[in-house]
Amino acid sequence: MNEEELGTGGDRFPPTRRSVIEAVASIDAEERARALESLCAAYWKPIYKYIRLRWDRPADEAQDLTQGFFVGVLERELLEKFEPKKARLRTYLRVCVDSFVSNEDKADRRQKRGGDIPHVALDFAAAEEELGNAVMDPARIVSPESLDEFFEKEWLRSLFTLAVEDLHQLCLARGRERTFHLFEAYDLEDHDKISYDQLAKEYAISVSDVNNALAWARREFRRISLERLHELCGSEEEFQREARAAFGSHEK
Amino acid sequence: MKFLSDKAMDRLREAAEIPDLTGTRYRLLGRVARGGMGVVYVAEDEKLERRVALKVLDMPGADGDLANRLVREALVLARLEHPGIVPVHDVGTLSDGRVFYTMKFVQGQRLDKYIQPSRSTTHRLRIFLRICDAVAFAHAHGVLHRDLKPANIMIGSFGEVLVMDWGLAKLLNQEVRPPSGAADPDATIFEKPVRGDDSNRSAGGSVVTGHGTVMGTPGYMSPEQARGDVEHLDARSDIFSLGALLRFLIASVSNASNPAAGKQRLDKALKAICSKATAPNPGDRYATLPEMAQDVSRYLDGLPIEAHRESFIETLTRFYRRYRFFILLIGAYLLMRVLILFFMHR
Repeated sequence: MNEEELGTGGDRFPPTRRSVIEAVASIDAEERARALESLCAAYWKPIYKYIRLRWDRPADEAQDLTQGFFVGVLERELLEKFEPKKARLRTYLRVCVDSFVSNEDKADRRQKRGGDIPHVALDFAAAEEELGNAVMDPARIVSPESLDEFFEKEWLRSLFTLAVEDLHQLCLARGRERTFHLFEAYDLEDHDKISYDQLAKEYAISVSDVNNALAWARREFRRISLERLHELCGSEEEFQREARAAFGSHEK
Repeated sequence: MKFLSDKAMDRLREAAEIPDLTGTRYRLLGRVARGGMGVVYVAEDEKLERRVALKVLDMPGADGDLANRLVREALVLARLEHPGIVPVHDVGTLSDGRVFYTMKFVQGQRLDKYIQPSRSTTHRLRIFLRICDAVAFAHAHGVLHRDLKPANIMIGSFGEVLVMDWGLAKLLNQEVRPPSGAADPDATIFEKPVRGDDSNRSAGGSVVTGHGTVMGTPGYMSPEQARGDVEHLDARSDIFSLGALLRFLIASVSNASNPAAGKQRLDKALKAICSKATAPNPGDRYATLPEMAQDVSRYLDGLPIEAHRESFIETLTRFYRRYRFFILLIGAYLLMRVLILFFMHR
């Protein structure tokens, strides 16, 4: 076996989703809209929470600013101005949020927005509840590093949430609801891990069935997450780095 | 959608990282460590019923660059059959697209964990010579390691010394075929990391570039390697790393195992070897690794070394240390004769 056969063979992760950066430059309006929806779906919650913490804004004002920011992404063609070689898309967007909020302050022209932002349900009540759950040392909250870390963490949480949702839909479409329930029980629940034996008894299946189901679900979760991540990166290099950060560099 | 707690996030990351070994002959047993490009697990080869170390790439590279590099590492290891280099058993691709290879599972300790202050200088130097032996073998086969450091040396449970992690290896010739259509792999290995970006640093302390490639470890990589001077890298770059490694080995020798009498010599002679090996200019270093190993060997045998011009006193001290037993024996004999003569003529 040689490198060529191995390095490029098999069913390697296929980057089926185009990067939002490429898609927003498309002449196809539908593709542009889809790209913005994906961006909004992945980023609205981290941005909302970031504005609440970093800029210490009350919930209603943060909601308005979050919506305003995504309108601004469209109006000011922020994505077209992004240069993948200079920064990560995530960092760029965070800097844009800072600049947007700061400019809004200066102009003092707060206004209710809506209508022009991508069709994504922004469940601010849920975001607010999650923010209450966020464990963050108040003493560290002032440091820019901790806010950067917070934004990154929330962004990853948002990405994983979307991927779990996609996985759920995939399981439903393929008649594998039980697989999703097993995945949910073993990998998503907050309690200490239950054993494969316990799951097998609970679902009246064999341990190897549990093993196979979980292996499939994890493989699909990984594939979906990487597809979504690929879409949200400005370049292949950024994708590699983000993927390593998301899946490859957590040490306990 | 349900809120994912931090605990659930950690589990998801862990779950997504676990390699899916469906369709392979291996069964996962546990995680061992993280390397520059991927994670090393211990697995059971179900056909041969033995434990193996399984190294899996972090993720499938969209451009295949990392995958090619891991395969290249396996191919490099496969052609280096030496007792000081861990043998590769198998290489392949998992169902999720990640490349893996399996190798001998070595139970032991990393050199930096193994070296205790109580280990004698001689013991340390013998380990060092075995490292040199393995690396010199690789050099003779046209392979540079480029990431030699204590964390990449394993001391096995039978005392075997193994040089690990050849993910950054440079081929001085291209006998191991580079991936089709890919640029010279060396051209992508040496990219400047983003300053202050800790995401470029792997768990082992190696610097990782934006493409996830490792370029070396600060403190152990040669200046030319740090500059990314790929074209001019040769065995002397590894010699630099080995000089730094030797310095690490002799730095923490306790006074108990290193009597003050010998400390002066250890400082001068061994430091001279380290200094020569880590000279900023490659031309001032040992030209080949066997030359450096020979100096260390000569030091151990109490012979003069190439790296250090000793004074007359140092020569006498070395002579005394080398032939101490005979000198003391002759001294004792002469003393006895003098005493006998003294009492006879009294």
